[in-house]
Amino acid sequence: MFQTHEILDTLRMIDQEKLDVRTITMGISLFNCVCDDEEKLAQRVYDRICTQAENLVKVGREIERDFGVPIVNKRVSVTPISLITGAVKNPVVIARALDKAAKTVGVDFIGGYSALVQKGMTAADERLIRSIPEALSETDVMCSSVNVGSTRAGINMDAVKLCGEMIKDLSIRTGDKDSLGCAKLVVFCNAVEDNPFMAGAFHGPGEGDCAVSVGVSGPGVVKRALENVKGQRFDEVAEMIKRTAFRITRVGQLVAREASARLNVPFGIVDLSLAPTPAVGDSVAHILEEMGLERCGTHGTTAALALLNDAVKKGGVMASSHVGGLSGAFIPVSEDIGMIEAAACGALTLDKLEAMTCVCSVGLDMIAVPGDTTAATISAIIADEAAIGMVNNKTTAVRLIPAAGKKVGDEVEFGGLLGRAPIIDVHPFSAETFIDRGGRIPAPLHSLRN
Amino acid sequence: MANVSKAVVSVLGVDRRGIIAKVSHVLFERGSNILDISQTILGGYFNMIMIVDIADCDFSMLMEDLQALGNAIGVQIRIQKSEIFETMHQI
Repeated sequence: MFQTHEILDTLRMIDQEKLDVRTITMGISLFNCVCDDEEKLAQRVYDRICTQAENLVKVGREIERDFGVPIVNKRVSVTPISLITGAVKNPVVIARALDKAAKTVGVDFIGGYSALVQKGMTAADERLIRSIPEALSETDVMCSSVNVGSTRAGINMDAVKLCGEMIKDLSIRTGDKDSLGCAKLVVFCNAVEDNPFMAGAFHGPGEGDCAVSVGVSGPGVVKRALENVKGQRFDEVAEMIKRTAFRITRVGQLVAREASARLNVPFGIVDLSLAPTPAVGDSVAHILEEMGLERCGTHGTTAALALLNDAVKKGGVMASSHVGGLSGAFIPVSEDIGMIEAAACGALTLDKLEAMTCVCSVGLDMIAVPGDTTAATISAIIADEAAIGMVNNKTTAVRLIPAAGKKVGDEVEFGGLLGRAPIIDVHPFSAETFIDRGGRIPAPLHSLRN
Repeated sequence: MANVSKAVVSVLGVDRRGIIAKVSHVLFERGSNILDISQTILGGYFNMIMIVDIADCDFSMLMEDLQALGNAIGVQIRIQKSEIFETMHQI
């Protein structure tokens, strides 16, 4: 039977601590749409998404209503588009179809304008990557990603160079909107195939026809729970995070199970990520500060984040039948009020963020850098981050926003979940000769695990 | 699945006469049976939790009626299917 205090705990988490489910994401395979006629392919893609995801938003709202827990976003991810555009010339036609389909079914985002090029680029992969600036500046809710490296394959430095150039181009094309286009593009190493979070969601080629996955949230709940163990040893801190993560993940599991049953689509995974929002009381940085750091970004931050990331997984893994996706703590700068404050006062630098990505869920995320940052520097930042992912056998990613026309001291403002970010400085010394080499950085020795 | 027909009604607000009577009346009108009830008043704030059986009623209509009542008498009334509390607190 129910205990009154348990019911009140849940109500408090939802009301005051912003417990929510960040997203229900429906992954849809587009392999059955393949054909060599651009217009026909676009139409098939549009129809496939509109049919499969027809009830996604409606069901999401019903679950939200029945259980009284907010489900912030409903999203769709699709097969990486480069895999279905091998026989057509212009993938941007498909980008428009994706954007239109997302708007028809009413989802917040659609992801999968993607290419997996960790070892090499097919002609279709290269066409898709080169089309990203055009595709993202002409669409509104479509997201794109490129996987440039993996522990098994090494790092494709030709793709890294190309991605730097594309990010630069995209920032200029969307310069009138604070280079918003760059917020919809992620460059990965070790990308996962079932990630429900944007901008990097795609429905991997190893997935079935369709699946629903859920991404949970809840930094506010963890922060509040840690207020109860002030001054206590780290053992108690880790235990408290685990217990809290378990409860948060159980909500995700319930929502995923319900969504799967009501949509009659297989359940994919629950992603255990702690995803912040720019709202006060929903910050990962504030969890780290609650552990005893004056500001996120100071010495000790990496250790605090390592503890948090691990405890979230340990607590969450027992709460769900299938855990997957990125699963860990996200550290997007613009989407986290504590990170924004830390970056604005100089406590949080790009170098410290890079160190933090060694122990967190993903990578350099939603970081605004000066508009005059060169393509080679962007590529070099991507290469560094990919190297961390490759060597440490983890997913890393780069979502940088070179804010056109802006410099350190300025700010970019995207609104909504994407938030705002102060411009952070990059190193002034060139990496151009390094990036111009091209080729592949070989996979590390420990890739040979068989 | 066990307990699929249960919901938790929570009422929070400044205490006044007739809150339980009015909430119970809506539940009765919509065909829902009260299984358990706990109520406290802390510092003038009325705090009530009811476990109700919703097997024979239209959940969304009941929700609308309760919300309308909450607005009319100035208290927050919420109804949530019970699974969310079970999954969070029971293994």
